[in-house]
Amino acid sequence: MLTLSRWKVTAVILSVIFGIVFSLPNILPQKTLDALPGWVPHQKLNLGLDLQGGSYLLYEVDTDALRAERLSNMVEDVRTTLRNDQIEFGELGESGGIVRVRITNPSKIDEAVSLLRRSIGGPLAGAIGGRDTTVANRGDGRLELSFVPEAARADAAKAVDQSIETIRRRIDALGTKEPTITRQGVNRIVIQAAGESDPARLQAVIGQTAKLTFQMVDETVSNEDIAAGRIPPGVVVIAGATAGAPPIPVAKRALVTGEDLVDANQTFDQNGAAAVGFRFGGSGARKFGDATTRNVGKRFAIVLDNKYISDPRINQPLPGGSGIITGNFTPESAAELALLLRSGALPAKLNLEEQRTVGAELGADAVRAGAISLAIGAVAMFVFIILAYGLFGVFAALALAVNVLLIVGIMSMTQATLTFPGIAGLILTLAVAVDANVLIYERMRDEAAAGRSPMSAADTGFRRAMVSIMDANITSLISAGIMFWFGSGPIKGFAWTLSIGVFTSVFTAIIITQVLIGWWFKVAKPKKLPIV
Amino acid sequence: MAWPLIRLIPRETHFRFVKWAPVAAAISALLIAGSCVSFFTQGLNLGIDFKGGIAMEARMPTPISADELRTVARGTGAHDVQVQGNFGSPNVAMIRFLPTEGGNALEEANRVKGEIIAKFPGMSMPAPSVIGAKVSGELLMGGFKALGVALLLMLGYIWFRFQWQFGVGAVVAVFHDILLTLGLLSVMQIEFSMTSIAALLTVIGYSMNEKVITFDRLKENLRKYKTTPLRDIIDLSENERLSRTIITGSTALLALGGTMIFGGPVLFPLVFTMTFGIIIGTYSSIYIALPLILVWGVKRGDEEATPIKLGAGSRP
Repeated sequence: MLTLSRWKVTAVILSVIFGIVFSLPNILPQKTLDALPGWVPHQKLNLGLDLQGGSYLLYEVDTDALRAERLSNMVEDVRTTLRNDQIEFGELGESGGIVRVRITNPSKIDEAVSLLRRSIGGPLAGAIGGRDTTVANRGDGRLELSFVPEAARADAAKAVDQSIETIRRRIDALGTKEPTITRQGVNRIVIQAAGESDPARLQAVIGQTAKLTFQMVDETVSNEDIAAGRIPPGVVVIAGATAGAPPIPVAKRALVTGEDLVDANQTFDQNGAAAVGFRFGGSGARKFGDATTRNVGKRFAIVLDNKYISDPRINQPLPGGSGIITGNFTPESAAELALLLRSGALPAKLNLEEQRTVGAELGADAVRAGAISLAIGAVAMFVFIILAYGLFGVFAALALAVNVLLIVGIMSMTQATLTFPGIAGLILTLAVAVDANVLIYERMRDEAAAGRSPMSAADTGFRRAMVSIMDANITSLISAGIMFWFGSGPIKGFAWTLSIGVFTSVFTAIIITQVLIGWWFKVAKPKKLPIV
Repeated sequence: MAWPLIRLIPRETHFRFVKWAPVAAAISALLIAGSCVSFFTQGLNLGIDFKGGIAMEARMPTPISADELRTVARGTGAHDVQVQGNFGSPNVAMIRFLPTEGGNALEEANRVKGEIIAKFPGMSMPAPSVIGAKVSGELLMGGFKALGVALLLMLGYIWFRFQWQFGVGAVVAVFHDILLTLGLLSVMQIEFSMTSIAALLTVIGYSMNEKVITFDRLKENLRKYKTTPLRDIIDLSENERLSRTIITGSTALLALGGTMIFGGPVLFPLVFTMTFGIIIGTYSSIYIALPLILVWGVKRGDEEATPIKLGAGSRP
């Protein structure tokens, strides 16, 4: 094993060069780094938020609210569909996730069932010909409509995808340092913003659903009716966005929604007050034009997140599909709302479940303390191993140094995140790496004591120790794999560092030490091993 | 010549490790009992990672009095306030508290923050960390699930490489290490956070490494000395391995020593746990894993496994 084969020497030289080239950006000053040509690696270690400071926000899509909204829409859809086909019905309502309706004319039951099967709900994603709703006939004209179980999951997944898109657009518009936005689990979104230790601005744009709808005001409902709770079906009472505005009754079904908007910007009305200008495109413009033509003289409410901003009267048809929203705006709040409208609404409310912030200073303190203490630990290890094994200790220390270079180099190259737990993984890696060398040397001593020549003892030592080293490292790799699979963020960081360390340790402790010892045998032609 | 120092360690030692196993078993049992008592009476000092809650950092140009800050923070009506002064520097403190149930944690955090800053001119507080109870519960479950599955798979690997007795011995010993480490965290009321899970994983990693190395030597000696009683082979393997254990253990402890002293308050709990783990992992390899194998017996050659009663072996 101690033969200096060409591939071993090449591997050692290449790995050292690789380690140096990829680790170097971490210690060069930024100015020198910028001056280097483009093909030189520039990537530094990617420090986790716990080390460099920053914000971590975890949002959960409010799937319950999403579901409730879908069910309430289903009720309205059933009402309109049956009305349009002049099928008499009663007892329409929703409870426990099931929409119930009773068809009063027995001869129309079958017609109603097939009509509802055709027109309620939509196709189910991922299933050809499948629909996301079921219609069951419970007899006596009672029909029950509900979503299939897969629909809820598909809804949540779709909502998360849309939310991520929307959040990305909103954050891009803010122009802050690029945060990473990722999905977690079924209905969660993680936003990580390095270096941003005040997430208030992020929260302001993420926390708002910005769902804009135009709904007709129902002028047949009087204030007394509202006070007495006499609300006809299909009508809902909503509060005003400004304090002191009275609640108004509006039709549950929206005329047009913000989804059809193509543009929104901050502008001023004829009195010079800040306002939000909007423009609908294509079908949205047509729907808006039709609705305003049909309802001249009536009032409609501009509703944002279930609160109305204003309820203007339609003075003339607006066929162009554009208009302005006036309300209690400042230029800033109008600009913010325009931004949110441009980026589109979130499909559902997002609840903040977790917020972690690490001040940049605390992160820097931690990095400094961690780096100093790691350096001291490493130096102590080097001194100890050299004291313990003499020249072979120097070889082990060199192997260990290359090991550190390789780990730092690989972590920089792959841009894997180094976290606090990752540092723990690093310390464990170094301890196990030293152990590999210790195992080899102790084996050599055993073999030399058993009467072998130095060369043969060294060779057998390597070969026998290999078994234990491989067993130990495979066990480490198994646990690292499990942690990567099951663990959350910080644990994953630990697992990744550990896995990289397993490979580099086996390489450096075995190959590099072997080449060094082989080379020493060639040069010094020793009569006995320095460790015996 | 005394250098290299390895020459100072005798080439051959004849310690009777197995003889002390019953004593060690008694000590371990006592320690485990103690850990369990602490576990059930005061429990783990769960950090906000696992309990949910609010944490914020306070910075001043001058040193902060933790007592004063605690009084002010409690005065705001926040629940279960903990203040840790001298957080890396005397000018920095860490405040932790629990949100009111059913309230908006973020709003409460900002209110408390505002009230505290009003009382300490010049104090700055970066945005608070808020962790909901739902997420924290999942984090704790996820952490322990990872530990459990990792242990099972390692058991499987050792079983495959050696014999089932070895696998069980290793897993029982590692379980012993986890219990004692958790016990230590509970007794000292060191905050149990995500980082502690990482520390525990390190403890398991190191401990498993010890067991595998021990077993490799034992397996080899079992093949070499086919007729020697098991207890003597165990003693022999352990003695042969002694210098390696001392060197590796000392190196690992040295590496951690630097971090323990200079690593600052953020790293200390992590490093402290790891140091304890290295010591306990080495101990349990010798006094838990190996004696367990002795109790159960091993398969040697073609014979069936022969259980040997502890303390009743014959010495040649």
